[in-house]
Amino acid sequence: MDWLGQLARIFLDTLGDVIPIAGILFGFQILVLRRRIPHLGRVLLGFLLVLLGLTFFLMGLEQALFPLGKVMAAQLTDPHFLGIDVEAIGDGIAEHWYEFYWVYLFAFAIGFATTVAEPSLIAVAIKARDVSGGVITVWGLRVAVAIGVAIGISVGTYRIVTGTPLHWYIITGYVVVVIQTLFAPRSIIALAYDSGGVTTSTVTVPLVAALGLGLASSVPGRNPMLDGFGLIAFASLFPIMSVMGYAQIGALIDKRRKSTQMKKRET
Amino acid sequence: MDSARDLAPIVIVVLVFQLGVLRQPVPNVLELLGGTLMVMIGLSLFVEGLKLGLFPIGENMAYDFARKGSLWWLLLFAFALGFGTTVAEPALIAVAAEAAEVARQGGMIENSNEAGERYATGLRFTVAVSVGFAIVLGVFRIIKGWPVQYLIIAGYIGVVIMTAFAPPEIIGIAYDSGGVTTSTITVPLVTALGVGLASSISGRNPMVDGFGLIAFASLTPMIFVMGYGMVL
Repeated sequence: MDWLGQLARIFLDTLGDVIPIAGILFGFQILVLRRRIPHLGRVLLGFLLVLLGLTFFLMGLEQALFPLGKVMAAQLTDPHFLGIDVEAIGDGIAEHWYEFYWVYLFAFAIGFATTVAEPSLIAVAIKARDVSGGVITVWGLRVAVAIGVAIGISVGTYRIVTGTPLHWYIITGYVVVVIQTLFAPRSIIALAYDSGGVTTSTVTVPLVAALGLGLASSVPGRNPMLDGFGLIAFASLFPIMSVMGYAQIGALIDKRRKSTQMKKRET
Repeated sequence: MDSARDLAPIVIVVLVFQLGVLRQPVPNVLELLGGTLMVMIGLSLFVEGLKLGLFPIGENMAYDFARKGSLWWLLLFAFALGFGTTVAEPALIAVAAEAAEVARQGGMIENSNEAGERYATGLRFTVAVSVGFAIVLGVFRIIKGWPVQYLIIAGYIGVVIMTAFAPPEIIGIAYDSGGVTTSTITVPLVTALGVGLASSISGRNPMVDGFGLIAFASLTPMIFVMGYGMVL
């Protein structure tokens, strides 16, 4: 019965998310556009499926993956597990940053894995494939974004361990993004910027937040309230770079292939 | 079956770290299996629902607005969509509550529950207004065909300038608030709206011009939240 109660609660929460959106959509459709929605039945069925899908999705995450993932994040960031003598090191913890290697590895792995399963990224990837006529594949974009998030969260945990200011990393990231923008193919730029925002929602945020809080409370001199934040910012910045990188590498390979074909034809 | 492939990495990571690194047995194997199965079913239903419901209605409304030719209604719709989907977003409510706690501990506001709640509500509305503004700006950009990078770079400069003046306690929260605003239902709708607009206005390329709305929605909250931290 407890199980059903939880399902009902998640369903109502999701319904609370969907209703304002549906209200705005149908309100404008009826009052402003005054046009009938084509295939109204199918659209409503779609909304119902989205509602049910998200309910099951969140329920499953809360039942199984989140509790285990959060416990793991807490255990992995425990200095005792890492074999680090926090008392003896004291303030010099930043010089011992490499001893947290399990944390960086876990951050990388969990960042990659949760991003691949992120529903809003799937949505954008489907749209990108349709619009690009298949040049961008759903799987290719998702893996490119996931690698970006993985690197971003690893760098973010390194920052928490060393206690260096967040804004220097972010500003440096901006500079790299601006330079990449100058050289990236024009058609990828908007999509790359978008992929920064879609990576962090339902699946990634709770696990990453647990990792950040766990780490900030176990490293001496870090305040979980202040230093626990910031991982999400990394996870939204690095995919921009990795997606532009993905397009740049793709364009490079394409160019090389074309030039070798040209040479073959010449000979 | 696609969703089995989507979830495989999480399951592998959890198992490898649990068994191989932490060297502990997996607790409640049955619950874990059941939960994973539910996540898979949920993901499949969601993707089906996207194709049937969210994508078509987002694109259709974009076409209809373009045909109607009323810029003001379109911009009002853009604002309503951005504001309305953000203000009730659970992730944002959670972040706002944490931010109020930080502000109380840091002595930025009076250390009472009432002041904390007022701060959290103010922050939520700030973020929601900033997302509404972002979608309006993004839609306007699609209509005008401005290159997305100029606006984004201008936004970055805005973030850097604000960082220099904002109280240090708010910076981490402000940077994070950019990432949490866009929910799983908003993203497909807004993407479909952008792509639909770009394909129904002549001279716009859906690939070059259609994307970018989400990018604005993750950038403006950073600037607005730091502004909120400065004013209070």
